[in-house]
Amino acid sequence: MRGSKMVGCAIVVALAATACGGGGSDEGDKGKSGGGFSMNIAEPKRLIPQSTTESGGSQVLSGLFTPLVEFDSKNEPVLAAAESIESPDNKVWTIKIKDATWHDGKPVTAKDYVAAWNWGAYGPNAADGNYFFQTIQGYDEMNPVDPDGEEGPKKAAEPKAKELSGLKAVDDKTIEVTLKAPFAGYKSVLGYTVFYPVPEAALADVKAYEEAPIGQGPFQMDGKWNHDKFVKVKAYKDYKLGDKPKVDSVEFRIFQDQNTAYNDLLANNLDIVDQIPTEVMGTAPSELGDRFKTSTASTFQFVAFPTYDKKYSDPRVRKAISMAIDRDEIIKVVFQDSQSSARSFVSPVVGGYREDTCGEACKFDPAAAKKLLAEAGGIEGNKINIGHNADGGHEQWVNATCDQLKKNLGLECVSQAVPKFAELLTQVENKKFSGMFRMGWIMDYPSMENYLGPLYSTNGSSNYYGYSNKDFDRLLQEGREAKTEEEAIAKWQAAEDILAKDMPVIPLRFGKNVFGYSTNVKNVEMNLFNQVELTKVEKS
Amino acid sequence: MGRYVARRLLQMLPVIIGTTFLVFALVTAMGGDPVQNLYGERPVPEGIRAALTAQYHLDDPLPIRYGYYLAGLVQGDFGTSLSGSRPISEMIADAWPETLRIAGIAFVFEMIIGVAAGVMAGMRRGKFLDNLVLLSTLTVIAIPIFVLGQVSQIFLGVKAGIFPVSGTNEGFMSYLLPGLVLGSVSLAYIARLARASVAENLRMDYVRTAKAKGLSPSRITGIHVLRNSLIPVVTYLGADLGSLMGGAIVTERIFNIPGVGYNLFKAIQIEDGPALVGFVTLLVIVYVVMALVVDLLYAVLDPRIRYA
Repeated sequence: MRGSKMVGCAIVVALAATACGGGGSDEGDKGKSGGGFSMNIAEPKRLIPQSTTESGGSQVLSGLFTPLVEFDSKNEPVLAAAESIESPDNKVWTIKIKDATWHDGKPVTAKDYVAAWNWGAYGPNAADGNYFFQTIQGYDEMNPVDPDGEEGPKKAAEPKAKELSGLKAVDDKTIEVTLKAPFAGYKSVLGYTVFYPVPEAALADVKAYEEAPIGQGPFQMDGKWNHDKFVKVKAYKDYKLGDKPKVDSVEFRIFQDQNTAYNDLLANNLDIVDQIPTEVMGTAPSELGDRFKTSTASTFQFVAFPTYDKKYSDPRVRKAISMAIDRDEIIKVVFQDSQSSARSFVSPVVGGYREDTCGEACKFDPAAAKKLLAEAGGIEGNKINIGHNADGGHEQWVNATCDQLKKNLGLECVSQAVPKFAELLTQVENKKFSGMFRMGWIMDYPSMENYLGPLYSTNGSSNYYGYSNKDFDRLLQEGREAKTEEEAIAKWQAAEDILAKDMPVIPLRFGKNVFGYSTNVKNVEMNLFNQVELTKVEKS
Repeated sequence: MGRYVARRLLQMLPVIIGTTFLVFALVTAMGGDPVQNLYGERPVPEGIRAALTAQYHLDDPLPIRYGYYLAGLVQGDFGTSLSGSRPISEMIADAWPETLRIAGIAFVFEMIIGVAAGVMAGMRRGKFLDNLVLLSTLTVIAIPIFVLGQVSQIFLGVKAGIFPVSGTNEGFMSYLLPGLVLGSVSLAYIARLARASVAENLRMDYVRTAKAKGLSPSRITGIHVLRNSLIPVVTYLGADLGSLMGGAIVTERIFNIPGVGYNLFKAIQIEDGPALVGFVTLLVIVYVVMALVVDLLYAVLDPRIRYA
């Protein structure tokens, strides 16, 4: 008797737990109801602009904020929240902001910008976007390096300053930024997420702010950030910094798996999927019809040669390897055309891009490749290896590349997996990794310089392979200091030509946004930051 | 029995300390670089690295880091996650109810259907129903859960539109399909376990005696056989409830249920030590409690077992 009672109890408990689930039904509606739409994102890491560099968070913030500059169809910067951005010498920049209000009705002031940027630049805040501020004067004082180096205990040194000396609010509407060195393309930099303002008062309690960020953009928060589930925003009535959104609300639904999001799209339960998973790339065009779209994205995938490895020191060897790779074939077979072949060092999304700057060296020509390699005296041991990080899903294309090199150059080629990307970088930095290795680059700001400086200049932040060329460095710097955009681009293009001669890396692929949408919406576009343009979307 | 329960609960302490330390040590032994993981494929500025390292005690020796963790745990502080820097107690509070809901559905489903199917099959051995149960459970056991999940999502969710495809927006219905998928594999095992157990008990001497005494067949199977047959089933159910509540990484992922499994998966991916240890601590507690409940249920089912 007692037995049956206790079992009965367990059922009741279990049912009660599931019954609680019913309460959530009124929290969320299907994207199609009302005048709104839904799209998928990954759970944002943070929701404060200065610490948001991943895609989920920046997509949400792109609705809540209006950047100082936006980018037109040619990817040239146009003023948005800024009235004017000027500099006589490319070093001291004066930014005047337009009249605008925060979602709580208070006016946006220059001080809000300054406070937010200072918060981001202050080392101990450990903001993800911290390094964007390193070009501003006074950054180093706020981010001291560990005094006892790698070996000693990692006790962070106390920064000498709490504010950037090169940043001040001249009056309510004017911000003055002094850079460490002149930089012609700074206007473009200001379009990035980390340069959004934050209400100065909110910085006192950042944690609370992130649960429901207040911005000055076309949408405002509707309720709080519901972790791992959704973020909802609604149109902000007093928005005057640009075009008003054509819908009343947007629901950013948080997905763990792109395949699930895609299934929801097929069922018309979700309106926009910003990345069609590779697994369904073959069937998606027919399943979605003209609601399947692609656009150029900023990512750049390449294979790098470590300068410390003598094996690859002859540029002819590097060119031969590059010429023996059939990029189009790999993209078709492995990536189902979800990326495009790269034959330049700079992405097509930035001004100054030219096709085929890599020239001969990136053209698939096995015969010429073989000849060139023979001229260079072959490769030591007739054996090469390509390193990749196993956590990034690179196995397949690296193997395919290796197969092509085996076939076309008669080399022995090994794909060498390192568990994590961080580990690969550490091995390369300590010169412990022998062989070529894969790398990827995601643009920070739409400028040619962003594809050249960090990756190939002698002190570049992501120049892991140790490439160094004085002429390249000089041209890059001259471009930064140039008076006009055109002049700058000319210098940078000359710098790119040096890369084509030296071939420190093999350009392989440029990214593509491959996205789809439901029958409920139209005018869905994605910009070069891999974000859906929220204000353009219309209900159909 | 009170003393027995108290003693078992006290035994949890060393188990929790031991397992958390083990997980802690394993995460450290992975030798990855959590700071770089947080940054993805971007370089980490020196100053930021120093700040984060200090904040999470990443360069202290293992025992000291573990000490920091235990000290927090005693004060009810599970620490902060490395990703997004949310308090782990808050993450657990959000994730746990989600997992409970699908685990609850799965448990009820596998218990009622599984036991019923198993008992009926056991009583009609060799007949059509028995063969049907054997065949269908074999099929379910043979199909990996991610295939089962995705196929049911596409056919019942996308194509037929009977169930929501994913998410938790539609209340009970949202949890129903994932719960059924999650419970189906255990259901197959339970049905087979119950079938074998019933069949075995039906051949026992006490059944013959009862028959000879003239007891009605329904009383024989309903009270005597069933009660004796359920001991292995209850053992399995108890252990299974423990693992169900530990979250289902695959099922939660397919149906986009932000439960414990999802958080574990994320924590493992970025080597988020604090979150990993936090969730594992929770799992350990659940397992130990479930084992205790199962032991107590034995006494209920079999009067010969007593705990003093």
